[in-house]
This record gives sequence, C-alpha cells and structure tokens, in this order.
Amino acid sequence: MSSQTLLSADQLSRRFGLQTAVQSVSFSVDLGEVLGFLGPNGAGKSTTMKMLTGNLAPDSGKVLINGIDLLADPKAAKRHIGYLPENPPLYRELTVREFLSFCGQLHNLSGKQLQSAVDEVIHRCGLENMQKRLIGQLSKGYQQRCGIAQAIIHQPDVVILDEPTSGLDPIQIQQIRQLIRDIAQQHSVILSTHILPEVEMLCDRVQIMHQGQLVFSDTLQALQTQRQHAALKVAFRTPPSVNALTNLPGIINVETLTAQQFRLHFSPEQDPTDTLVQTAVAENWQLTQLTPEQDSLEQLFTQLVSQETQGEAA
Amino acid sequence: MWLVARLECYRLFMSPLAWVLMALVQLLLAYLFLTHIDYFSQVQGQIAAIPGAPGVTELIVAPLLSNMAIVLLLVTPFITMRSFAEERRNESLPLLMTAPLSVTQIVIGKYLGLMGFFVLLLLLLMLMPLSMLLGSPIDIYQLAAGFIGLLLLLSSMVAIGIFMSSLTAQPVIAAVSSFCLLFLLWIIDWTGQSDSVGSNIFSWLSLISHFEPLLRGEIFSADIIYYLLVCAAFLLMTIRRLDSLRVAS
Repeated sequence: MSSQTLLSADQLSRRFGLQTAVQSVSFSVDLGEVLGFLGPNGAGKSTTMKMLTGNLAPDSGKVLINGIDLLADPKAAKRHIGYLPENPPLYRELTVREFLSFCGQLHNLSGKQLQSAVDEVIHRCGLENMQKRLIGQLSKGYQQRCGIAQAIIHQPDVVILDEPTSGLDPIQIQQIRQLIRDIAQQHSVILSTHILPEVEMLCDRVQIMHQGQLVFSDTLQALQTQRQHAALKVAFRTPPSVNALTNLPGIINVETLTAQQFRLHFSPEQDPTDTLVQTAVAENWQLTQLTPEQDSLEQLFTQLVSQETQGEAA
Repeated sequence: MWLVARLECYRLFMSPLAWVLMALVQLLLAYLFLTHIDYFSQVQGQIAAIPGAPGVTELIVAPLLSNMAIVLLLVTPFITMRSFAEERRNESLPLLMTAPLSVTQIVIGKYLGLMGFFVLLLLLLMLMPLSMLLGSPIDIYQLAAGFIGLLLLLSSMVAIGIFMSSLTAQPVIAAVSSFCLLFLLWIIDWTGQSDSVGSNIFSWLSLISHFEPLLRGEIFSADIIYYLLVCAAFLLMTIRRLDSLRVAS
C-alpha cells in the first residue's frame, strides 16, 4: 500500500515496579485508518496510549508521530496528536465554549481561525445547545463529547481515544460511535475498548492486547474468520428429548439450559440451522427462539492466547 | 505559558474560594489596621514630646505590613494547593501534558497565574496604608520597601506552595504540608538566637529574617537574592517532580 504511516511505535515497554505493564509492543497507523485496541481490563491499553501521547515515558522503545520522534522533540510531535484519556480532562468551572477556545489556544490557534475551529468542533460534536453551560453541570455523555471535541479541535493527524464509550448509556454510546465514525473520515484514529462489537462497528484494523503483549494484529476480516460461530441457542414451546436434538446431523453436543432452552454446539463446517428448522416444523416442536451465539470476548482471548502459547511451544 | 497563566488566574476567579479569601483577608487586616490606628492615637500625645520618637509609618504601617505577612502565610496554601494536586485528582493534567507545551512552561505559567491573583490582592491591601495619606504624611519609601518585601515573600511562598501541590494528588494534604513547611521556614530562626555557626545558618534560612530589614525600609541585595533563590529552587523542583511523574509512577 502506498498510504503514509502517521504513527509508529517501536518496541515500547513499560514496567511499574516489578509488574510489566507493556512489553515490546510495536505497531503503526496509516493515514485515514481506524485502529482498534482491544483487551480486557488491565491489559496495558491505557498505558500504551499514555506512552503514545507523551503522558508517560516508556522504559524503552520509540514513538514516531508523523516522522517526528516523540521523545526527542515532544513539542513538535504533540502538535499532531489529539488525546482523550479514560477520564476526560475537563475544567468543570469553565463553560464549554470557554474550555474549547482555551484548548484551541493551547494548540496555537488564534483570532478568526480559533473562532471557526471552536464553532466547527461544537457543531461536529453536537454541543450547540450546551456551549454556554458549565462543564461541571453537563451529563457524562456531553462531558465525553467535550473531551472528544478537545481532542480534535486542532485537526490533529492522529486522534487517540481511550475507552470513549465507557460509562455511557446505550443511546449516548450510539451517538459517540457515530461521532467517532465521522472523525475517522478526516483523521487517523486509535481507539481502545474492551467491547468487541464496538471494534467491529468502527475499526479497520484490530490489535488485541493481553497481559501487556500484542497477541493479535490484523484486519477486521481476519479477526472474524478467527471467530467460530459454533453454537445455537434454541427454545421450543413443546421441547423434544435431548436425544432427538443430538441425532440431528452436525450437532456435537447439546447443553440443556432450562426445560425448554438448549444450547447446540456444532462443527463450523456443518451448519444445522436449516435441518433444525425443518425438523422443528415437521415434528411440531414450536420453535420460539433461534439465536446464533458468537464467541464472547473472553473466549476469543483464551483462544488467541492459547494459540499463541501453542505457537511458541511448536 | 501566558495562556496557562491566564487560564489559572481565570479559573481561580471562577471559583468562590478566591473571592471569599480576598474578602476575609481584607476584613481581618482592616480590623488590625484599625487597632493600630487606635493604639497610635492613644500614645500620640505622649510620644509627641520625645525627640526622635517613631512616627506614623513605624507605628502603623510597619506593624500592619508584618500582620499582612502572617495572614498571607495562612492564606497562600489554600490557593496554591489547587495548582497541581487538583489537576491530578481530576485527571485533567493530561490536557496540558498532551498539548505542545514543555513542563517548564506549564509550571511557570501556573506560577505566574497564581502570582497574578496575589499581586492583585496585595495591591488592594496596599490601599489601606495609602489611605492614611488623606490624614497624615507617611514615609512612602518605607512603605514601598515593605511592599517589595511582601511581594518577594509572597513569590517564595507561592513557589513553595506549588511545589508541595505537585507532590500529592490530594489538595488538602498539599495545603497542610505547604502550611507546615512555610511555618517551619518562618520560625526556623527561633533557634538562631545564640551566636553559633549552626544557628546562623538557621536564621539565614528563615523567611521572616529577610523580610524584617525590608519592613524597616532597608533593602539589601542579599535579602532579595535569598527570595529569588527560594523561588527558583522550588520552581525547579516542581518541574523536576512533574517530569518524574511521567517516568515513574
């Protein structure tokens, strides 16, 4: 690909006392790409992001932003990044507009340029009705938007968002995701989250961290092929015997959840859904639920981690 | 840097704390001012007869300025405690750290912002002794020396307060510890009454022993350098401290 690399991290490591938080993590982000950082809590996502933004010095390794070394020339490098930490850094006693115009000034905007940047960012983040309100009085969702607005006001090349949807209600999560999708059209985005569907919705590329190491780094499609949809959750009003279900072609195992609800495990090559539905109609089992179950994030992690260790052993 | 200073000062005035402190300091000092005047009018008749007796400036202005120093000692920790401790507690420090600013700019900016507030407070307080000009001539030069002294004293107290605030993420701990340190530096010359070398060092370290000559109207460059050294030392330590926050935590 001919695309330009905007941010690259090389062998980043960081220890806290005896505990290694991040170990030799290397990756890069290209222009216009959305990179998702996925991992359970405590996997080292936030630590990595802090190192990318110069809030934490790495023990070893290098960060290049737009070709500028963050450690050697932090001032120049920081012009190209916008960062939203886990807790949005806001001054509660300022109004939204005051705060954003201060952030713009921090990034050397002034005069008309500053005004138009503030107006634009308020518009993009849907803060029009809130611009005269004090930040301390805003709801969590609006504060989060304010945090995002702060990160993109100076049109950075790379926007780094640390768990932008944590602690929000479902509608706010929808809105924030929409906002991130908008941002992604103009900036490269690095996003961390522990919610798998979020990554599927937003990202081009996924990196999975586990215990401070990258265990997976590839495109979203590659991740989806890794995941096996090998279970069906079904419920019947007049349930058949477990044996009748087990005898269906392709079914490996039947788990009885309640008297009427079962989980059917099957081999990925042989999808039994069609036969199941036909048999259910023919035998009058009265099918009430049919849900394909995806691997949960935890399962995916254990799968990836075990693959990793197997790979090392081989 | 100026931007950080402006923001710091602006945020200070957005909070009720600054206004309340300003009002209460004025109230306290106005009361002390009145007691000094009252005392002076009582003794005025007696000292008028003595040749070379202390005048209005010595009896009212100098004690008032020294009261101001004590009240400001009590007040500065409450203002400086916010500077870094509160930012760390609200986790808003990344905003400044991610911006294209050096740590030095952040620290100096915050310092100047707080100093802006204190200079304003000091100017307001100076109106009290100046108001005496309406009724009696005072020694403007002695007052000016006292003002410079207070200003230098304040700058070092603010620098110490900012440093203590950068040590902890709890504003209250920052306030208490900077108060203790300031108070210690205040009374440290109490051991310096004897003539041994050690006690001389203690009395040299004291914040107050460098303030007293200025109060009398004597400006020594050694005193001025002492205050500038204290400021520079504590600001440098703050910068080091913030830098080290990124390295080890």
